[in-house]
Amino acid sequence: MNVSLTPSAAPEGAAGPPPLERVDLRREFNEVGIGEVLDQLDRELIGLRPVKTRIREIASLLLIERIRKRMNLTSEVPTLHMSFTGNPGTGKTTVALRIAAILHKLGFVRRGQVISVTRDELVGQYIGHTAPKTKEILKKAMGGVLFIDEAYYLHRPDNERDYGQEAIEILLQVMESQREDLVVILAGYGDRMDKFFASNPGFRSRIAHHIDFPDYSDAELLSIAELMLGDMNYRLSPDARQAFVRYISLRKAQPLFSNARSIRNALDRMRLRQANRLVADLDRVLTVDDIMSLEASDVLASRVFSMSPRATGMAPE
Amino acid sequence: MRVTQGCFSFLPDLTDEQITAQIQYCIEKGWAVNIEFTDDPHPRNTYWDMWGLPMFDLRDAAGIMMELNECRKVYGDRYIRLSGFDSSHGWESVRLSFIVNRPKEEPGFQLERQESDGRSIRYTTRSYAADRPEGTRYGGK
Repeated sequence: MNVSLTPSAAPEGAAGPPPLERVDLRREFNEVGIGEVLDQLDRELIGLRPVKTRIREIASLLLIERIRKRMNLTSEVPTLHMSFTGNPGTGKTTVALRIAAILHKLGFVRRGQVISVTRDELVGQYIGHTAPKTKEILKKAMGGVLFIDEAYYLHRPDNERDYGQEAIEILLQVMESQREDLVVILAGYGDRMDKFFASNPGFRSRIAHHIDFPDYSDAELLSIAELMLGDMNYRLSPDARQAFVRYISLRKAQPLFSNARSIRNALDRMRLRQANRLVADLDRVLTVDDIMSLEASDVLASRVFSMSPRATGMAPE
Repeated sequence: MRVTQGCFSFLPDLTDEQITAQIQYCIEKGWAVNIEFTDDPHPRNTYWDMWGLPMFDLRDAAGIMMELNECRKVYGDRYIRLSGFDSSHGWESVRLSFIVNRPKEEPGFQLERQESDGRSIRYTTRSYAADRPEGTRYGGK
């Protein structure tokens, strides 16, 4: 049994520990361990200032909410459904994974798994197929986070008999009635999400946090590239680095640029060229340094440099 | 007469919180959880109807509770039980089964004695509820 030292804190009839009177915020913060997750977020995600600020705010709110609960200051469970909008490759999925970790550490989702789905997994192909399919996914996501990528595909305005509407209705119902069991995150490109919300006002109002992911600047893209290469145990030689800076500015001006994803693809192609260059000269003795470093020629061989900046049409390889 | 079958049936009815805890136990053991219902309470009735499909690959009991509540909405006047099926090699059988919903009134069973050859007697239990046709046994339409 708990013996309370303050007489006023004695519980009235109800079992369980008496409400807290004062809280050491720092200890609470360290105990929960979100500091770590937030630091990791800062370290591993480059740029995205507004996103990080928002996540910090949410994390602080949840920390305070947790303490309030233990002080018996009841309030409604905060709505945690979110929508992430932004261009391709701005880190929406990555952030969703981190959010799940934060929510789990704070105890707002019980298990912390992330179920990532698109329209295909929610919407059926014939009458009566959609509801069980959507419910199946919802059941899997219970206790965790349901991440719906490209959520606007759920709604097809041109076809009023589209089964997507049924999935939307089930989602809305569960989002409302089982708020403490499940967090839903919708993600997609900004303009199309706006249209989606405009035609489904129920969604907009049930989502508390609308977070917009900005595009990366050239400098941020370069740091992202270096971070990715570091993880893969590669590095850019000084010449290659300069060439890559030029590559980024050229590539950005071309169509179908998808931020960090384009950078990752470019790096993969550079690795191919480097391997090819090394294998071309079989009589050479290679050092670790040779294997790790990407040279300017690996970058400059890209088609981006040979295309005129005004060229449109196909995506450059 | 209160039907006692499966686990916990001599205890007071489990609360939703207790049911959730049992389901979570099944999930953590990796068992598939099934929801079944019937209106034939005879203890030897092994043919219960399934509500949906067996539920596996879930992480949290909330999803199963959602289905259970749906089932209660439709078949709240019948017996509903949950079972945990262990598919691992060597077991391949139901590991846990308990009633989570029962009709308001359970009329009980009649014991029939049949006199057969010699002085021996054969016994049969017959549930009063089963006198009425399926679907109307516990005050259903």
